[in-house]
Amino acid sequence: MTDTLYLCLSILTMALVTYLVRMLPLVAIRKKVKSQFLLSFLYYVPYAVLSAMTIPGIFFSTGTEITTATVISAAVGFIAALVAAFFNRGLLTVAISACCGVLVAELVTMWCF
Amino acid sequence: MPEKENNTTSAGSSAATTRSEYFKGFKDGLPIGLGYLSVSFAFGITAVNMGIPPIAAILISMTCVTSAGQVAGIGAIAASGSFVEIALAQLIINLRYSLMSLSLSQKLCKKYSMFHRFTTSFGVTDEVFAVASARTEEVTPPYMYGLITLPYIMWSAGTALGALLGGILPDIVKSALGIAIYGMFIAIVVPPAKRFRGVLIVALMAAALSCIFKFVPFLDVLSGFSVIICTVIAATAGALLFPRPVEDGEADD
Repeated sequence: MTDTLYLCLSILTMALVTYLVRMLPLVAIRKKVKSQFLLSFLYYVPYAVLSAMTIPGIFFSTGTEITTATVISAAVGFIAALVAAFFNRGLLTVAISACCGVLVAELVTMWCF
Repeated sequence: MPEKENNTTSAGSSAATTRSEYFKGFKDGLPIGLGYLSVSFAFGITAVNMGIPPIAAILISMTCVTSAGQVAGIGAIAASGSFVEIALAQLIINLRYSLMSLSLSQKLCKKYSMFHRFTTSFGVTDEVFAVASARTEEVTPPYMYGLITLPYIMWSAGTALGALLGGILPDIVKSALGIAIYGMFIAIVVPPAKRFRGVLIVALMAAALSCIFKFVPFLDVLSGFSVIICTVIAATAGALLFPRPVEDGEADD
């Protein structure tokens, strides 16, 4: 198999599996769920998913090589985002606050050490 | 914040409503798109560093539209993994989308046709899902198309930029951008967690479980399943301990 063919088939495999996983439940389930348990479960799904992805992932998000310094800068960004979100800022503002937190932490570390 | 519509029953019936729904979605998609720009930029750089041709990296972003799955995918491709391996990695990492699609199916308006379900499900990412489900009104097809537009374009464009000219950004900027997507997640979880104890407990529980999977030595082999296991346990606990009132489509207020 040539490299190009392998690459194309790999991409096709990735795309197909990812699409099916998304599409099947949306197409198969057309009724409104009535069970209070299931409704409550589905209500909590986004918050559970996002929290599980954010923690501890966020602490390793600010560098390809993870060091104490990158974890600290990420922690500063994390706190900045928490504070902004606590005051009900929008998605973009909170995201920018996190970035600025990281940037400040990195600059301070650079000057100090 | 989106204002309430009085005539939700007629949503989608007139061209004007369709257009306004599309633009509402389009606007809501802007912060997602901006967040994606930085993440996909980083993906483009990573892919090229792994020896994937830029055009392949761009194609992957345009056909998969999923961050974690794509990173695992290029890892497998770079190691010349088998198609079964590649498919399995996508299945495990992206299985959470099934839960999201299931959850989202409950928010869709009555007029959401089969055709629109087939097309819009292609663009259901973590963030698109989160924003759509945080909406107080029902989700209409034009809203979904609007919501998906900018994230899709910026996800693809960011990958192209990263793959073609990633080398020019200073490291300090690249690493600061790496956190952007997580900041967005926090912005979605914190406000409802302040108001509802249920959301707060579920979020804390999911975060704690996720740490266990990451740091407990023999559990880390399950890391591909981590998000889905944490979600099922935390959301089940939430549903048992803090059931939501029935007939309350606008639970967020």
